[in-house]
Amino acid sequence: MTDPSLPVRTPDVLIIGGGPAGLTAARTLAPKVPGQVLVLDREKTAGGIPRHSDHTGYGLRDLRRVMSGPAYARHLVTAAERAGATIRTEATVTDWVDDHTVEVTTPQGRLRVHAPAIILATGARERPRPARLIPGDRPRGVYTTGHLQNLVHLHHAKVGRKAVVVGGELVSWSAVLTLREAGCRTVLMTTRYASPESYAAFNLPGRTVLGVPVATRTRVTRIIGHGRLQAVEFENVDTGQRRTVECDTLVLTGDWIPDHELARWADLDIDPGTRGPVVDTALRTSRAGVFAIGNLVHAVDTADVAALDGAHVADQVLAWLADPKPPAGGVRIAADEPFRWVAPNLLRPGDPAPARRRLLLWTDELVRVPHVAVRQGGTVLAQRRLPWPASPGRVFRVPSSLLRDVDPSDGDVHVGLV
Amino acid sequence: MSHPEATGSANNAGPSNNAGSGNSAGSTSQPFDVAVVGGGIVGAAIARELAGYELSIALVEARDDVGDGTSKANTAILHTGFDAKPGTLESRLVRRGYHLLGEYAKRTGIPVERTGALLVAWTPEEFDALPSLAEKARANGYEHCEIVDAAEVYRQVAALGEGALGGLTVPDESIICTWTTNLALATDAVGRGVRLLRNHRVEAVTVAEDATTLHTSAGDVPARWVVNAAGLGADVLDRLFGHDRFTVTPRRGELLVYDKLARPMIDKIVLPVPSKVGKGVLISPTIYGNVMLGPTAEDLTDRTATGTSEGGFEFLLDKGRRLMPRLLAEEVTASYAGLRAAIDHGDFLIQADPTQRYLLVGGIRSTGLTSGMAIGEYVRDLIAEAGLTLVPKAELPDPPRMPNLGEAFPRPYQRADLIAADPAYGSVVCFCERVTAGEIRDACRSVIPPASLEGLRRRTRAMNGRCQGFYCGAEVSDLFTNSRNEATR
Repeated sequence: MTDPSLPVRTPDVLIIGGGPAGLTAARTLAPKVPGQVLVLDREKTAGGIPRHSDHTGYGLRDLRRVMSGPAYARHLVTAAERAGATIRTEATVTDWVDDHTVEVTTPQGRLRVHAPAIILATGARERPRPARLIPGDRPRGVYTTGHLQNLVHLHHAKVGRKAVVVGGELVSWSAVLTLREAGCRTVLMTTRYASPESYAAFNLPGRTVLGVPVATRTRVTRIIGHGRLQAVEFENVDTGQRRTVECDTLVLTGDWIPDHELARWADLDIDPGTRGPVVDTALRTSRAGVFAIGNLVHAVDTADVAALDGAHVADQVLAWLADPKPPAGGVRIAADEPFRWVAPNLLRPGDPAPARRRLLLWTDELVRVPHVAVRQGGTVLAQRRLPWPASPGRVFRVPSSLLRDVDPSDGDVHVGLV
Repeated sequence: MSHPEATGSANNAGPSNNAGSGNSAGSTSQPFDVAVVGGGIVGAAIARELAGYELSIALVEARDDVGDGTSKANTAILHTGFDAKPGTLESRLVRRGYHLLGEYAKRTGIPVERTGALLVAWTPEEFDALPSLAEKARANGYEHCEIVDAAEVYRQVAALGEGALGGLTVPDESIICTWTTNLALATDAVGRGVRLLRNHRVEAVTVAEDATTLHTSAGDVPARWVVNAAGLGADVLDRLFGHDRFTVTPRRGELLVYDKLARPMIDKIVLPVPSKVGKGVLISPTIYGNVMLGPTAEDLTDRTATGTSEGGFEFLLDKGRRLMPRLLAEEVTASYAGLRAAIDHGDFLIQADPTQRYLLVGGIRSTGLTSGMAIGEYVRDLIAEAGLTLVPKAELPDPPRMPNLGEAFPRPYQRADLIAADPAYGSVVCFCERVTAGEIRDACRSVIPPASLEGLRRRTRAMNGRCQGFYCGAEVSDLFTNSRNEATR
């Protein structure tokens, strides 16, 4: 249901989503475009996920210093505003009216926004319990990390006393820290992989300082409890053996999916691997003048990498505003096993290298010494042994120089292992 | 689309005088004329109907909310009754209820979408059964079924899996909001003077000369007449009155609800050809804009086993893969298990026991949603025949105007006029379901306010969406607590 009688705003650039990616794009673009750069964020405060990630580690790659999540979020908001961008919070985009116009609900009323350039920066979320098809009762006390951290850091709410954390990624350890702050002890972490996924640097203090045992090759098979959570049943996926762990809190971490609804409703081409919109190395989507950045196109990399997408897209947006010519041609970049996805996933002739000159990939298996190969039409165009592992639960980064010999007028490019 | 006037707005139901969540009936020394046990759709409809007469009525509910038992987790279809067993009471009451509830929905704003249904045959045996189903529909007084070939089946629902041989159209089957239906009937009942007693679990019964005393977990409730609409507990209550005529077997039905992004795949209810085991697994759009796959049918003994199971999920996914393979590529937003009160009796079991001034309403299956208001009328006539004098009230209040939860009708976040008058309707709190702070506040101020977040979900859709609280869970909890405090101040 769209409403033609609504007031219309016409910024030069509309950015949907005020997390690290959107705010960085706003900060970079605001001084360079004559008209308005408008950021719409549906939360009460802009800043995205770092707002409620109250531990350090933010800002490394984009700001070259390290700060806490909330401080990082505030920094990005202030910087975007100082650069001249307009940030509207409590502004929910509800519909597309046409290719470049959306409808928005705010407490101040409904409005339309029409912009020649639109950047989607709607981020990603963790799959909740139903999407993971975990059977059992429906007691209170089952959270995703996002829900948990919202409760603890933004609303200062209590959770339980004894928790199990599902997942061994960075975000899983972030959940453990949040639980500790809320006075809730993590008695077990579980991962379906053979080794915990996150950086060794994080794992070691996690296992020794935080003292959390990690059960590998383990999946949740049942949730037990009427009213409050009482226990969770797990299965060892190799032996099939099951056991029950008593706890009153269960945190389901990771298992990311892009918050891609606006992209889907716009009928943009969607990559079957990332499940976000297909983007080229300039971060253009399949709709001319609509760009997509951050964890919407690679769910998920760290906040600083998402932010640097925002910086990368700025030049592409400026080029589009100066000369609105729809791009043409190009070849799809596809991921081969054990990789689940690769981003960006389209290479066009004459386009710039991707952000940070990196292809981002997600692996389903641990590969300690990955020997990466780029193939086109069955021919290996390039291969390289990389000195860092491809590890489940975090992005594996591959130098984009491996694409150098790709013929952008030929068939699909495959990134896999030798 | 059925009734565009089903607009969302503030619930106009007045102050909450009669509907406190825990207030005991103990202060009433005077017995009620009628106590209706069970605040599901059937109990609420009976209480509302009887409240049209000069009677004092209690609606006695064991749980902390109305509609928290079997009524909350059914397939939410407004049935024409085309496939009922002809000649049964169920067939008659479903047919009557279809019209009563359809009309009532228009007046109260219960969202209904007239989607129609398509019954699909996948085997030669099923295909051969279609003419007899069409005949059965006619015997049930439903004339609009039509047998169609495979090409027409795929024209109507292109996303169906391969292998459909033909189908039977049921153009008047519709989808409805079961939560709003229950709440509207109960709110209306309270508006007509019914005393709603939540958290009153009937534990024992004493039948005396002029009044029966229901001994509940929250004190005694005396009443001259007792109507048993206790759903899953109806047989237990029936035995407290000395009867032994049926046993409720909880039949678990598990459901998967898929993301709204799947909704364009299907705009009508896709039914299987019914077999002896039951109605089988259907795929249906939901009134909230999702797609539902289910239910399973599994007889249990535990009446509290509302958990989902690995076997249930596997069964549904396997069915789904064959019925509509593309559906499985979308995310599951929610999974539920509901218990149907199956009984060892082929029909509704509604019988009066005039000597004890007691009336049983048992064996009401998923068709109870559609037939509830007709059951109300039937019970009214039965109880009058059995000796209760009915004097119509000279004046009845208008039925409540319910907040719209239907995706096909305007909701507050879409309404510039409402937002201009009250910014709380522009403050979207639950992003996935687009629920505003204004709606949460209204629910807390309504005649039957929610007692828990679960109750709030059924009144507003808050936290029912794809993120299941990742973004909004903490904010919704806070808002609920604050709104509740304000409403009770």
